[in-house]
Amino acid sequence: MIPVGFDYARPDSLDAAVALLAERGDEATIMAGGHSLLPVMKLRLAAPELIVDIGRLRELNYVKVDGDEVAIGAGTRHHDLEVSDVLAAEVPLLPAVARTVGDPQVRHRGTIGGSLAHGDPASDLPAAVLALDGTIVLRSPRGQRSVPATEFWTGVFTTAKEPDELIVEIRVPRTGSAGWAYEKFTRRANDWAIVAVAVVDGRVGLVNMGSTPLRASATEAALAEGKSIAEAAALAAEGTEPPTDTAGTPEYRKNLARVLTRRALETAAGR
Amino acid sequence: MSIMGTRVVRVEDPVFLTRGATYTDDLTDERLTGALHLTLVRSPIAHATITSIDVSAAREAPGVVAVLTGEDIDLPAPLLFPGANKAMVRPWLATERVRFVGEPVAAVLTEGRYQGPDAAELVEVDYEPLPAVVDVHASATDEVLLFPDAGTNTAAVYNKEDPDPDFFADCEVVVTRDIVNQRVAAASLETRAASAVWGDDGRCTLFCSNQNAQGARDEVAGWLGVDASQIHVVLPDVGGGFGAKIGADPEFGLVAWLARHTGRPVRWSESRSENMTGMVQGRDQRQTITIGGSRDGRVKAYRLDVVADAGAYPRLGVFLPVFTRMMAPGTYDIEKVDSRARVVVTNTTSTAAYRGAGRPEATAAIERAMDLFAAEIGMDPAEVRKINVVPPEKFPFTTKGGAEYDSGEYAKAIDLALEASDYAGLRAEQKARRERGDAKLLGIGVSSYVEITGGGAFAENASIEVHPDGSALIWTGTSPHGQGHATAWAMLASDQLGIPVEKITVRHGDTDQVPEGGGTMGSRSLQTGGVAVHKASLELIDLAKQRAADILEASVEDLEVDTANAAIVVRGAPGSPTVTFAQLAEREELKVKTVWDGKKPTFPFGSHVAVVEVDTETGKVTVERIWAVDDAGPVLNPLLCEGQRHGGIAQGIAQALLEEVVYDPDGQPLTATFADYGFPSAAELPSFDLVPMETPTPINPLGFKGIGEAGTIGSTPAVQSAVIDALAHLGIRHIDMPTTPLRVWEAIQNAVKEDG
Repeated sequence: MIPVGFDYARPDSLDAAVALLAERGDEATIMAGGHSLLPVMKLRLAAPELIVDIGRLRELNYVKVDGDEVAIGAGTRHHDLEVSDVLAAEVPLLPAVARTVGDPQVRHRGTIGGSLAHGDPASDLPAAVLALDGTIVLRSPRGQRSVPATEFWTGVFTTAKEPDELIVEIRVPRTGSAGWAYEKFTRRANDWAIVAVAVVDGRVGLVNMGSTPLRASATEAALAEGKSIAEAAALAAEGTEPPTDTAGTPEYRKNLARVLTRRALETAAGR
Repeated sequence: MSIMGTRVVRVEDPVFLTRGATYTDDLTDERLTGALHLTLVRSPIAHATITSIDVSAAREAPGVVAVLTGEDIDLPAPLLFPGANKAMVRPWLATERVRFVGEPVAAVLTEGRYQGPDAAELVEVDYEPLPAVVDVHASATDEVLLFPDAGTNTAAVYNKEDPDPDFFADCEVVVTRDIVNQRVAAASLETRAASAVWGDDGRCTLFCSNQNAQGARDEVAGWLGVDASQIHVVLPDVGGGFGAKIGADPEFGLVAWLARHTGRPVRWSESRSENMTGMVQGRDQRQTITIGGSRDGRVKAYRLDVVADAGAYPRLGVFLPVFTRMMAPGTYDIEKVDSRARVVVTNTTSTAAYRGAGRPEATAAIERAMDLFAAEIGMDPAEVRKINVVPPEKFPFTTKGGAEYDSGEYAKAIDLALEASDYAGLRAEQKARRERGDAKLLGIGVSSYVEITGGGAFAENASIEVHPDGSALIWTGTSPHGQGHATAWAMLASDQLGIPVEKITVRHGDTDQVPEGGGTMGSRSLQTGGVAVHKASLELIDLAKQRAADILEASVEDLEVDTANAAIVVRGAPGSPTVTFAQLAEREELKVKTVWDGKKPTFPFGSHVAVVEVDTETGKVTVERIWAVDDAGPVLNPLLCEGQRHGGIAQGIAQALLEEVVYDPDGQPLTATFADYGFPSAAELPSFDLVPMETPTPINPLGFKGIGEAGTIGSTPAVQSAVIDALAHLGIRHIDMPTTPLRVWEAIQNAVKEDG
């Protein structure tokens, strides 16, 4: 559990971090909370030459209303999402999802940007941002660009982010009083989800049902056509290719997706 | 008022909670100054021939002092379990063949600890894979041999007689079933560690994390071919063992040998990843249970066939089916009991003791059999148990398993658990949920258990010395690693001597101070080491009286202890001269050393009722409540006793619901991290309802039995039974452990399919 040696840099501003990535992007890995990166380094499954630690860049830690959207700094920690008054009022799904991530230690270290950039299909926040129809804002020396969540994840642990890019902000619509729910199914309280379902405003995000976070499009379409919750939820696993591991078979995960979607939609309808 | 039976707060805890414990890896002992750090290169393949090992690049890496392979070690390979086939020795470092993922193949010694893993990556080992043997039944066919020289994969057979075909002939009803008692990992929070240094006197000081200093000393001395007196084992704080730290690990021997070979101290502390493949694992029996009896609920015959997995190299796991067979009949008075066991090697981590060690496997089997029998004849499972338990008037009771049960009131324990849980009310709630068609159903499980404690070594040492300042020092041959002996042993001495608990220091785990001792395992400590402390206290009083007789000018018979003042006084003569233990110690060393030998084990027992909620749509099981009657005789300190029961119940629930060490068909471990291995947190557990019951044993003067493993033994079958019970109306009679959501959901799907 001792990692391969690496260089370590802690730039003191976002601009400095972006400049450093421009210089050494191919050999660098960005670290925010470190709670996904450090374990794989200790297992020697990852051996970056340079760690760029952005964990102390306070300018990346904010939650604020901006027009029809809420803007969240990429360095905002899960715990900060949990206790954010702005989110409680404007996007109540996010604090509820953040509350289910790992354990208190993880939630006080991990950041939303880190979680989205890591691209683990079993993580909670990516599917929530996907269900929210959010946008990921990336910065590099070439400038700033926005990528819709629907296009951000491209495979297991891979994203549309270029090596010299840094996630700086996540933007999500203000859903206000629209119905929402998060149904997370685990063996143990602090496990990754075997399957989880995020519902907000008639949109449905799926956790761990494929190589990326997914939208349950067939369910969403059925809801839009005015089908019942039961009918719509029965379509939640359509088109998915969920993984196999000791916790579940594809068939079992598809069942979970249907059951959890139904429960989430029922909860959302009741709010 | 006596201190016995009171909730004395653990004297160990202030240090643990403030500056923290000192584990082997934390030692700053000056003898270890300049130590080399050992990193082991371990096999990534379960079964393979080694075609070459190239250490040349590793030798050139920064900080490397030496890189050794098995060729460099001039010690005979150890047979880790003396009774096993002599060809099944474990090489210090594998040279020709590896037999499990995690087997050491090279040793890297570095000046700095962080240099080790970098250098270890440079050791190049070429493997030619062999077919892996993972399943015990496949192993038993001997098609692929792990040890060609042994000519067999069987490490031991217990009872070679063929089963009697007419064994169940007079039974109206016979039920049989194959069940699994799965492999689990001890996962102690402190991983294994050892440090060794040889002194100018030619003696080795070995610091290690272990449950028994004396046993570790003897094993390491034997491996190194030196007299036991040449090895001085010191155990610092030990962060959990659960049976997996009984006996020395071969790594300890390697550390001691490397220290001698290099002439420098050597330190070793494994990572969690190494621990999950390198440390011995527990349970792992495939069982066939057959039970027969009459429709009025009387069980007449029971048969248990076991195939146990020893892992790659036979260790204590080879022996444990002996306990399983002995305890096969459980709490029941069954006319005919038959059992046999075969232990085979596989390409997996070795197995050994794990909380209960052979007895939980027996209890799980007989309790499943009782449930199956009850279901078959349509009788309430609690009722069937009460019909068949050994009645109180039959004690001491010699079972068909060959055990002599000392004392017990098994039906009373079941009744207490049923009453506490409002069993009838639970059944009514279960029925109501089924009738409403709820998705979340209730399941109720009842277990009755008896176990054997102190079953290894019946004798134990204790010494007590009182100092002139009025304090006392106790040395014990037991070896706590979380149990609270410092508190309990101090209470036992304080009760007799009147010296306050806070002035009594309890020490352990040093073979120079206590050359003889049995350590802490098999729930033995209180009934052996604790009683030894009690006996030593009485002997110290005798010695003090003899010395006080002259001073007080009275005969020994007229003297007694004034516990309020820790003094010897003349009986019935208030105001006459007295002499304290401290004053006696000032004149002359006041110390006794004694041995208590109970000569026999004891048999604690109890009954658990578990209530679970099963979400039929997802298969998720939630333990709602558990009521536990755990009778281990009189309770010395309820706080410590409850702690043992809580931990035991938690581990029992964990086996029933969550934990399983899984290997794929190639012998690759799939559960080698804490993310994958299912041990529970507090969030997965309910509050426990502990029901008191105390039936003393006649085996020792204080009536104590062991409590350490009881919770594990009682809770596992109760919880497993509850899960199955929730689904009984679907025709489900059995689900193997762990009853994971996936497994429960699949069982429901299959039942619904069969029904349709």
